[in-house]
Amino acid sequence: MFGYYLDLALRSLKRSPGLTALMMLAIGFGVAASMTTWSVFRGVSGDPIPWKSAQLFVPQIDSWGPSQKSGAGLHEPPDALAYADAIALMHDRRAALQSAIYAVAPTVLPAGEGRSPIPVFGFGVYGEFFPMLDVPFRYGSGWQAGDDGDGAPVIVISDALNRQVFGGGNSVGRNIDLDGRDYRVTGVLKPWNPQPMFFDVVDTGGFGGNGPDVFVPLQRAIASGMENAGAVNCPKGVQPGAGYAGLQKSNCVWLAYMVELDDESAVQNYRQYLDNYASVQQKLGRFDWPPNNRLRDMRAFLDHEHVVPDDTRVSLLVALGLLLVCLVNTAGLMLAKFLRRSGEIGVRRALGASRRAIHAQFLTEAAVIGVGGSALGLLLTAIGVFAVNRMLPPRLAELARIEPALLLLTVVVAIAASVLAGLYPTFRAARVQPAWQLKTN
Amino acid sequence: MDILPILSTLRRHKLTAWLLILEIALTCAIVCNAVFLIGQRLERMDMPSGVAEHELLQIQVADMVAPANPYARVAEDMAVLRQVPGVISVASSNQVPFGSSSSNSNIRLDPAQVRWTLSATTYFGENLPKTLGTRLVSGRDLESSDFVDVDVAMKALGTGDAKHLPSVILITQTLAERLWPGQNPLGHIIYLAPTVGLRVVGVLDSLVRPNAYDISKAQYTTIVPLRMGANKDQSYLIRCRPEDRAHVLDAALAALKKVDPQRVVTTRRSFDEVRRKFFQDDRAMAGMLVGVIAALLIVTALGIVGLASFWVAQRRRTIGVRRALGATRRNILNYFQTENFLLATIGIALGMALAYAINLFLMLHYELPRLPAIYFPVGAIALWLIGQLAVLGPALRAAAVPPVVATRSV
Repeated sequence: MFGYYLDLALRSLKRSPGLTALMMLAIGFGVAASMTTWSVFRGVSGDPIPWKSAQLFVPQIDSWGPSQKSGAGLHEPPDALAYADAIALMHDRRAALQSAIYAVAPTVLPAGEGRSPIPVFGFGVYGEFFPMLDVPFRYGSGWQAGDDGDGAPVIVISDALNRQVFGGGNSVGRNIDLDGRDYRVTGVLKPWNPQPMFFDVVDTGGFGGNGPDVFVPLQRAIASGMENAGAVNCPKGVQPGAGYAGLQKSNCVWLAYMVELDDESAVQNYRQYLDNYASVQQKLGRFDWPPNNRLRDMRAFLDHEHVVPDDTRVSLLVALGLLLVCLVNTAGLMLAKFLRRSGEIGVRRALGASRRAIHAQFLTEAAVIGVGGSALGLLLTAIGVFAVNRMLPPRLAELARIEPALLLLTVVVAIAASVLAGLYPTFRAARVQPAWQLKTN
Repeated sequence: MDILPILSTLRRHKLTAWLLILEIALTCAIVCNAVFLIGQRLERMDMPSGVAEHELLQIQVADMVAPANPYARVAEDMAVLRQVPGVISVASSNQVPFGSSSSNSNIRLDPAQVRWTLSATTYFGENLPKTLGTRLVSGRDLESSDFVDVDVAMKALGTGDAKHLPSVILITQTLAERLWPGQNPLGHIIYLAPTVGLRVVGVLDSLVRPNAYDISKAQYTTIVPLRMGANKDQSYLIRCRPEDRAHVLDAALAALKKVDPQRVVTTRRSFDEVRRKFFQDDRAMAGMLVGVIAALLIVTALGIVGLASFWVAQRRRTIGVRRALGATRRNILNYFQTENFLLATIGIALGMALAYAINLFLMLHYELPRLPAIYFPVGAIALWLIGQLAVLGPALRAAAVPPVVATRSV
């Protein structure tokens, strides 16, 4: 029977080709325009890693206590971690992946006579940092988990530094002089400069710069006295002791921290774990206040730190509004077309078609329009993305990514909207007595 | 034109009419808000820099062989650049306005303060205010006796030796007003670190920071008397007449090459280019939004065309009867135009309310300002125009229906 309905639908669509084209165009255009703009706006709305940001979280532990309350409102824990807390969290490894992070600014001395030292910027991190943030490698990879504990002299360098020091090429396994010590290169990145620099907005403020040049194991960086190039914040009245030893013992916060938690239960468990950790600290007497922790996902944390301008995010709503208008448009056209066909329905009913058959026929027709429009939409989306890549500045175009799940959802919504629009007139028409319909015609 | 018959006809197509109204309302609301967003982008792109933008050039060079004394190298380069014909003034700087890459300091008003008051950008290098063309509103410019070499200052910072640290600072009016509202900032002390207190000796009219992403903090700018040595972050800024820029740039590069033929030029651009690059994302986003608005209006116009054509086809016989009963072509044309005007007006009225509601929502959830009233008529006029244009074709077709149609059976 479906074949017959399909045939009827195609005949009916062929009878009014202009209107059919218009409906399909409206759906296709809506799907394509909203998906293209969504992908671009989403790209620049301050989410440099949109495919993963929902799994990345920033733990905050109140190591200062309520006496440090600043301003009105809820007491917020500091936005970075003290050394003791960061190391304890790293030691427990309760998340799928995690890394403590701090900013360093060492100096690279390129080998060769008369070459001047290069001041560089980078981070002390753990090996899990690279898979956690999908950091793109040109050669090699991050270091082994064992290197973290041993404080091995290994290093990951940026594409730019690789060109500057080694003249490009695969430099994995070569040594590079950092602050007078040799480090073995385990990986060379592709150009990577996420904006905002989401993994350490506290130190970097989020924007600017040409991207990190080096990554070294955090324990190694500390052991070799690589100075913290980022912010250090201490509770009121606390002066950390001299050097790293003093900083490590103090409650001053200077380490960023990020964890990957893959589902809701993992998030709940990690929250619980943080609270347990703070309770233990309370029992030990290090904190004399109840646990006051936060576990914000990355975007919420960026919001909390006011990193992203708001109007880019509003643009997302504009893209969605576009889709909505297109769907309303199609529904209107479809309604107009179907409502007029009560005569045809009357004839078919008088000839013995059941109501079910009528429903099936019209829904088939509506679905054909929906599917046709969506297919057109997919095609137009491809063209749209191509156009975006050609026309926008490369940095923006790079951020624009089509999310397959979202695209699929849009197509399903488009088809559902057209079927729904087809449903109402069919329902109304199929209810009326066939004899009456024939007469009024 | 009689409105009542139109209303009674529309009552027979309630659902379709309402869907059209809904579409117009949504389009109107989105267009109002999107135009507003574009306006904000344009306003951002107009952000004043406080410097003589059309008269400035930036050059960065990288030395393949490190000079024995980087400070002497900079002094030599600057002397050479000053000799280039057409050059009005030369400065050495660690960063440039709208250059993105910024050196920032956390400013405290009291060395014992735990949390800094705010983060401001720090320009350093010689001869900056004069070359940039930023005006001093009070106090004095930095003098050569104020200057300390960067390396000396860094070393002194480690040892806490105040003698080898700079002791004065220039700040912008905006920053002064933020730090000491209503007071004369001259003579106040700013702490960049607990051991580094700098006395404000001059106030600048305006100087934008390199990383001016947040317009409210764009003028949080300071200039510290630190002398730059030749390194990869250091730039030469050259001021000349706008029409001389091209040949001054060429001559300046040639002069720098002469000092050391092996050096590589890494940056050479005018400030117009700096600004264009800094705001290129904003321009692209504004362009996208214009595209979205155009798409919306096209879709809505298509919807109106489709529905109007449909209604015309449906009413052919009725139109024929009316024509037979004496209605002129103009009457028929007017009928459809008025019908569209009515639908558009209801849609626009709803759309205004919706635009306002959306804006309220945005103000609550995102720190967006209130939608100025000027944007409401923009959406209204756009939709009235689009509606009338879209309905014209079908309405003309309706007017062309001959009276004889009335006599034919369906």
